[in-house]
Amino acid sequence: MIRMENVKKSFDDNHVLQGMNLEIPKGTSMVIIGGSGTGKSVALKCILGLIKPDSGMIYVDGKDASKGDRDAFLARFGMLFQGAALFDSLPVWQNVAFRLLRGSLKRPTEEAREIAIEKLRRVGLKSNVADRFPSELSGGMQKRVGLARAIAAEPEIIFFDEPTTGLDPIMSGVINDLIREIVTEMGATAMTITHDMTSVRAIADNVAMLHDGVIQWTGPVGQMDASGDPYLEQFISGSAEGPIEAVR
Amino acid sequence: MNPLTLLGGLGRAVLTLLAAFGRVTLFALDSLSHILRPPYYPREIAMALLNIGWLSLPVVGLTAIFTGGALALQIYAGGARFNAEAVVPQIVAIGMVRELGPVLVGLMIAARVTSSIAAEIATMKVTEQIDALVTLSTHPMKYLTAPRVLAALITVPILVGIGDIIGIMGGYTVATQNLGFNPAAYLQNTVNFLEARDIVSSLVKGAAFGLIAAIMGCYYGMNSGRGAQGVGRATKGSVEAAAVLILAANFVLTGVFFSL
Repeated sequence: MIRMENVKKSFDDNHVLQGMNLEIPKGTSMVIIGGSGTGKSVALKCILGLIKPDSGMIYVDGKDASKGDRDAFLARFGMLFQGAALFDSLPVWQNVAFRLLRGSLKRPTEEAREIAIEKLRRVGLKSNVADRFPSELSGGMQKRVGLARAIAAEPEIIFFDEPTTGLDPIMSGVINDLIREIVTEMGATAMTITHDMTSVRAIADNVAMLHDGVIQWTGPVGQMDASGDPYLEQFISGSAEGPIEAVR
Repeated sequence: MNPLTLLGGLGRAVLTLLAAFGRVTLFALDSLSHILRPPYYPREIAMALLNIGWLSLPVVGLTAIFTGGALALQIYAGGARFNAEAVVPQIVAIGMVRELGPVLVGLMIAARVTSSIAAEIATMKVTEQIDALVTLSTHPMKYLTAPRVLAALITVPILVGIGDIIGIMGGYTVATQNLGFNPAAYLQNTVNFLEARDIVSSLVKGAAFGLIAAIMGCYYGMNSGRGAQGVGRATKGSVEAAAVLILAANFVLTGVFFSL
């Protein structure tokens, strides 16, 4: 389980997180929604330790996330970045097997390559993609390679940062289905950040809405449409009228 | 202008400069410590050796040969004013080995390698590849900085040595083909005149300039701002800083070697 307690983070006078509280039960898929610049990515990076919170506590399975063996902690995570963040200088299979080629999870090269190709197949890519470079792939294919990399070491917790941004609706649907399938199949705990309400409905067990640096509403995805929360209702309907200022 | 305002401004500028110097020094020490501590990334080190060393050879060679040739012409023309044309071999040798070889190679490395390192790492930062490295349990300083700094420390002194030789050969070619020098006598004069400490100073300068070039590229890349403008600023800043620091370090090292 992941728990955030009163997490605060500011960048100069921009108070991004102002006391965020959130719980993600083990084996569930939490989707965080909210407008652009509301701190969704900052929250995710705080959990991973990529950004240090100004105050507050983050626990993973009851343990303080900022303490202990960092490598062992990160080995439990997989992450799909917004722009896939593939390493340009490495072929696709080495991107996917990055973790398996070095460090504590190192495997023989041939075995790592086989695992990479199997993971590529899992995300719907053929083996002939393995030796291509990321710059030779379309945006959708890059996202799928990023997804294959995120699941390559079979992590317990997977983060997805805007998994469908910049993709056409069909490819978005493919990615959403893949995420749902993989999370269910692996029994992993998932945390997804998105603006895309179709993704929310496809991926989420639970939803949390972040606004003004705090969780405005959280609950099961089935209760989202009848929440009665004016912020969430405005976000779902996409209306310019409501408590969320359209010009931020 | 109020003298206090002027002093305040001067004080702030000095403090900013000292803070920047402190940050770069800490970054350099951190980079060097990562070279010494495992894990090591042999593939990254090999790629850096290739990019910084082998692929810099053409530009270093061309710079050195033209500079050596021009130096021979200048010394011959200048020496003729007081009947000292015969010193061309000695002055070309000492000029290339002690000064021009290391400085020109250092500046070419700053232009070619520092800019490339800064742009590559800054782009990786902007596209979240550095964050991705961290999430994949890989320390960016170990994976990106340490191999490049190590490769520069190894290859730039070698490039300086090669540049010295090619520069001397540029002078030799011009002197023997255009200025009527005897080839055997030219080489004999060159070899006899050079001392071991000239060569040592050249190679030490090469190592120092390589370190500066790689550190500045990595530092600016790792600390770049957002977007294309951030990458551009990091690249420009890294080359400016590396070039100025190389020239300053050259002055200091020359003073040190003169005092020995």
